[in-house]
Amino acid sequence: MSVLSDQLVSIATMVYLLAMISHAVEYALGASRAKQVAAPSRELVGAAVGAASSGAVVDRSEDAGDLASGTSAAGGAVGTEPGTGSPSRADRTARRAELGGRIAVGLTVLAAALHLAALVTRGLAADRMPWGNMYEFVLTVSFIGVAAWLAVLVKWPYLRRLGLFLTLVMVLLVATAELVLYTPIVPLVPALNSYWFIVHVSTVVFSSGLFLLGAVPAVAYLMRAGYEDGKRSFPYTLAKRLPVAAGLERLTFVLHAFSFPIFTFGVIAGAIWAEAAWGRPWGWDPKETWAFISWVIYAGYLHARATPSVRRNVTAWLAILGFLTVMMNLFGVNIFFEGLHSYAGL
Amino acid sequence: MTRVDDRPVTPAEAPRRRSNPLLALLRNSWRQLTSMRTALVLLFLLAVAAIPGSVLPQRGVNPEDVRDFYAANPELAPVLDRIGAFEAFSSVWFSAIYLLLFTSLIGCITPRLRDHVRALRARPPAVPKRLERLPQHAVVPAPEGGAAAVAETLRRRRWRVAVRGDEVSAEKGYLKETGNLIFHTSMVLVLIGVALGSWYGWHGNRLLVAGPDGVFCNTRQQYAEVKLGPRVGDNLPRFCMQLDEFDAQFLPNGQASSFNAKVTVDEDGGAPRQAEFSVNAPLRLDGANVYLLGHGYAPVIRYTDRFGRSQTSAVPFLSTGDIGLTGEGLAAFPDANVDPASGERNPDLQVAFSGLYLPTAPQEPPFTRSEHPTEQNPLLDLIAYRGNLGLDAGIPGSIYQLDERQLRNGRLTEIGAKQLRVGESWTLDDGTRVEFVGTERYIVLSVRHDPGTMLLLVSSIGLVLGLMGSLFVRRRRVFVRLRPAGQGDPGSGSPTSGSSLVEVAGLPRTEHPGFAAEFAQLVAAVSAGGRSGDAGTDQGAPARSREGAE
Ligand code: HEM
Repeated sequence: MSVLSDQLVSIATMVYLLAMISHAVEYALGASRAKQVAAPSRELVGAAVGAASSGAVVDRSEDAGDLASGTSAAGGAVGTEPGTGSPSRADRTARRAELGGRIAVGLTVLAAALHLAALVTRGLAADRMPWGNMYEFVLTVSFIGVAAWLAVLVKWPYLRRLGLFLTLVMVLLVATAELVLYTPIVPLVPALNSYWFIVHVSTVVFSSGLFLLGAVPAVAYLMRAGYEDGKRSFPYTLAKRLPVAAGLERLTFVLHAFSFPIFTFGVIAGAIWAEAAWGRPWGWDPKETWAFISWVIYAGYLHARATPSVRRNVTAWLAILGFLTVMMNLFGVNIFFEGLHSYAGL
Repeated sequence: MTRVDDRPVTPAEAPRRRSNPLLALLRNSWRQLTSMRTALVLLFLLAVAAIPGSVLPQRGVNPEDVRDFYAANPELAPVLDRIGAFEAFSSVWFSAIYLLLFTSLIGCITPRLRDHVRALRARPPAVPKRLERLPQHAVVPAPEGGAAAVAETLRRRRWRVAVRGDEVSAEKGYLKETGNLIFHTSMVLVLIGVALGSWYGWHGNRLLVAGPDGVFCNTRQQYAEVKLGPRVGDNLPRFCMQLDEFDAQFLPNGQASSFNAKVTVDEDGGAPRQAEFSVNAPLRLDGANVYLLGHGYAPVIRYTDRFGRSQTSAVPFLSTGDIGLTGEGLAAFPDANVDPASGERNPDLQVAFSGLYLPTAPQEPPFTRSEHPTEQNPLLDLIAYRGNLGLDAGIPGSIYQLDERQLRNGRLTEIGAKQLRVGESWTLDDGTRVEFVGTERYIVLSVRHDPGTMLLLVSSIGLVLGLMGSLFVRRRRVFVRLRPAGQGDPGSGSPTSGSSLVEVAGLPRTEHPGFAAEFAQLVAAVSAGGRSGDAGTDQGAPARSREGAE
């Protein structure tokens, strides 16, 4: 069972890689549409900002998102840049891009299924939840990330192009887990043997997965917003084919707003467990300290977003910073510091 | 996302009157402090200020690490120590940040609390003149029953409703602000809980060797390490405790799988009772909790001196940290070789044994590391010393280290080494004898009292619930105006003129992507007079969103 799990992880990594390549193909072929997406949506956003009370912001950005997808669909037929060739050729390219995107999503689903199977078999082999050490941790967090991504896709299919970033992150995380962090199965030490283990770890892992997913549109937003502001230098040009900035920004917020209370609950559950296991709810152990730092940064993100005078770029950076602190807690703290959480095991 | 200003509103402003400049300065600083911007900056600072505490060793977490750091960085360490870097979370700078933040927080929520209470009491505001300007707008046939019916429909959907003649205003989602205030208030309570704990809480750590000789009673002197909050009196809760049995299970690879300590406790004059506890399941006594932090073996060593008198002691050997539970310890007999006839103490004839205890010694030497934490092949490796131990008479016997100075200045000499199995004894050069009788288990306890935990728990629940209300509830308003028959829809010149109509408009007051859909349903329900209420859309309500139309 344990061997099966390891093999499933390897196969899943490969499939993520293939999904990433398909997304890249979609991206590369989608050239002919970008121009028209950018222009009208910019106008729309600008107009709306001028027009409405802040309460209406959302409806608008969602419309903007929908609009982006609408334009995308129409794009292949209408738009041709000089030199791209005949409309029918552009049409064919567009269809191929569409196909690439669909294949990419299909592969992501397949990889996620393999990923889940790997976790389940690992859990069965160990006879416990697969959250006992860092290897299992990273696998679970990344699975939550991809599962949440698929849920987002069902709801807002036009965000599909973000898949390139997501699959890239998945390949990196799963491959790191497999190559660097791999640990053979051992049962839990007594300190972990508590139902708070399940409550605390599942919520923290779940919210970390969502934060992981939330960082993707935050990065995409920064690139896209730069692009929409007319920047045409390196990272911004990549954003040509991304959904409009306002939609990305909103998605970032939705994911974080959903994740933050879960994370808060997870940290509190950890404190309750720490009281029972170590005699104090909070002791500034390195893991606790970094959870505190992440929590404060994400609280800052939510505040900043609720403050009109803070620019949305700054907010997006806060979200990314928050994610970096989550990663620091996941990897850095186990590697650099020694604390009560050390038995999480490298 | 809301209409939160950068600053909470301060309504009471005296116009045009020159006020005391000092007061003005104070008022300005206060306004600055309670602004969202300041809160943001302080939050960010708080996050940054927490980093040193995770990078540098902390006394509260691990005092030995701090000592090691001192040894490794003799120049830097005292400087860092002076700015509180080894107690980062109680340092001046860290405290300053969070105290400012909480002052800002209180300054921020107090006016909002007042406003919110006012809003909760007030009726939803009057219907605006030009409803078609609101983000959502629709004109539909009016229900039978007029304004009363509309109000009823809305009320049934749990809107807060105000009827003014032919006009109905309704608002929903007050829970958002309520949640937000609960959340922020809970944060203040968390801080109070922490403060209570540090003022009135105490904790102490000690070893407890199994058996009646090991019994300990809860007084300050009984702890190897104790920390009392500044408001803790001298009287700790009274109880005594004896370890009857300690059971630890291990896997073949040496990893622990379960612990259980059986004790007899008597609390404050009560009858002795049996109790059990383990990791994750502390023993909760009246006014104190007992936590199991560690365990090990205490070899029982009997020394028979040159006058034939025996002393036996169970000496806890502390873990060296390996998985096989190799222990390191010192058995000191400062009262050995006292002449029973004269009672005369010869300080140069004190005896001590230091060494290693291996529960499962390897088959072959070197005997330096135990292979498994269970006692499968116990071996005690002792080095004997005789001379002056450098202890003042009367110091309690629990010392874990030999005084190196005495060795260096020659007042204490090493007289040999030997490995002993259980039951074996070793006769020293002067005819005295040491015997390895067996072992006892010992456990490491932390005894704690923290009066703030209950408040922490309650406020944490408030924190999460408030947060969910704040993040997931949406505040929105709808306005309804009934128009008498024959007036028609001014916007479209609609042919529906002739029957009476109702004009409905909606305003989301916070970010609310689903509002258009909700509004459409609501319009349908209002028009149907609540009859087909939830079926909603079958009326084909001509709701439109403002952006769509433009
Ligand atoms: C201890 C420091 C603080 C923390 C950890 C904190 C945390 C949070 C969090 C997580 C939210 C998000 C909930 C939501 O969006 O409704 C929030 C909202 C809010 N906070 Fe704070 N806060 C703190 C201090 C303050 C201070 C000092 C102010 C006033 C200047 C303030 C004013 C607000 C306001 C007005 C909102 C509502 C934003 C909205 O419309 O969603 N907070 N706070």
